[in-house]
Amino acid sequence: MKPRSFEYLRPASVDEAVEALARYGDDARILAGGQSLIPMLNFRLLEPLALVDIRHIADLSHIRLDGDMLEVGAAVTQNRLLSWPDLARHVPLLAIAMPWVGHFQTRNRGTVCGSIAHADPSSEIPLSLAMLGGEVVLQSPRGRRVLKADEFQTGMLSTAREADEMIVAVRFPTGSGKAAFREVARRHGDYAIVAVGAVSLSPSEILVGIGGAADRPVVRRYASNGGDLMSEIEALAWELETYEDLHASQRMRRDLVRRLAPAVISELRS
Amino acid sequence: MIEQKPKQRVTLTLNGRKVTGDAEPRLLLTDFIRHTLGATGTHVGCEHGVCGCCTVIIDGVAARSCLAFAVQMDGATIETVESLADEDGRMNALQEAFRRHHALQCGFCTSGILMSFTDFLRRNPEPSRDEVVDVLCGHLCRCTGYANIVDAVMDVVEAHAPPQRDIGAV
Repeated sequence: MKPRSFEYLRPASVDEAVEALARYGDDARILAGGQSLIPMLNFRLLEPLALVDIRHIADLSHIRLDGDMLEVGAAVTQNRLLSWPDLARHVPLLAIAMPWVGHFQTRNRGTVCGSIAHADPSSEIPLSLAMLGGEVVLQSPRGRRVLKADEFQTGMLSTAREADEMIVAVRFPTGSGKAAFREVARRHGDYAIVAVGAVSLSPSEILVGIGGAADRPVVRRYASNGGDLMSEIEALAWELETYEDLHASQRMRRDLVRRLAPAVISELRS
Repeated sequence: MIEQKPKQRVTLTLNGRKVTGDAEPRLLLTDFIRHTLGATGTHVGCEHGVCGCCTVIIDGVAARSCLAFAVQMDGATIETVESLADEDGRMNALQEAFRRHHALQCGFCTSGILMSFTDFLRRNPEPSRDEVVDVLCGHLCRCTGYANIVDAVMDVVEAHAPPQRDIGAV
């Protein structure tokens, strides 16, 4: 339960950080809040040669409205974003989904971008980013590129990030409508077994997002007043390419979708 | 072959006192506090961020000390359970409430829970019972069944007592 030896690097800038990544390749990991990374190191599921600590890089600590996007820098903790006073007005889905992210104590250190980088299929922040069609800003010594959420997260704990790239920010589209969110976990704050969110896009259209049921977030668009919405949800629950683990069988995951999605949709309509 | 990395000098403020120690990069903050600095009130439970026993206050916010490395803490301000009682060993209001409500039995989880609520009550002096339960979700206690812990915290909230004496710069 102790990590393997590694080199600890504390670069002063993003340029220095990505140079270190380029030097070590796949043998380096970015350390921000460490709330997902350090458990994996302690279990020795990961044995990197170097950790690149980016918490102190000043350029990465911004929460900024930029056009119709909310941009969050890679050093911003989850609790800092959650206590940003305008969050509920600009990104209502995040304001209600983020209290489900880990515990008060892990949100104090865990970062918004770290959760995106970790790409756990049941995590709330990647689910929210996928539902809203947000963007991930990556930087390497070769320059910057911006990926859509569904281009970035490619599977369970896997992403399109190249070995010499780091996430410098994520962008959440603002101005989406009313949102609802629920999940089931063994203990509030533990990884969700299944999480379901819904966002009202217009009076006639809603977005439903499901986390924890497949290897990445599943997002669907539905007519909100169509009479057969519930049968479409029922069909989706049976179509999901779901998985079985210690916490739940495939059947249980389908049943949780069948229970949670109608509850979230009716909350959205109320 | 076990490869060791050179130790790095770490200077931090622990409970108001400047302290220094040497740490290999892989040394967890928990082990640094307990073994290098000798403050053993912080307990080690699961070492992967689930149980909350090792919770301390790092630069003003409660966090798991098993999910941080000592080398990250150069220049940091850390508060542990040892900061709560005064020099004569008189417990603060939160600790007294835990004793009065029988909010602990074996006490293994207690130091972490006290530090979580020390941070939380500073930022939210008048939380609801549900908010207190939500913070307590970040801890495991196998003795009490949690109800007495919630009662103890709510007692402090209702008495409007300051959750702890001021220990200086945070």
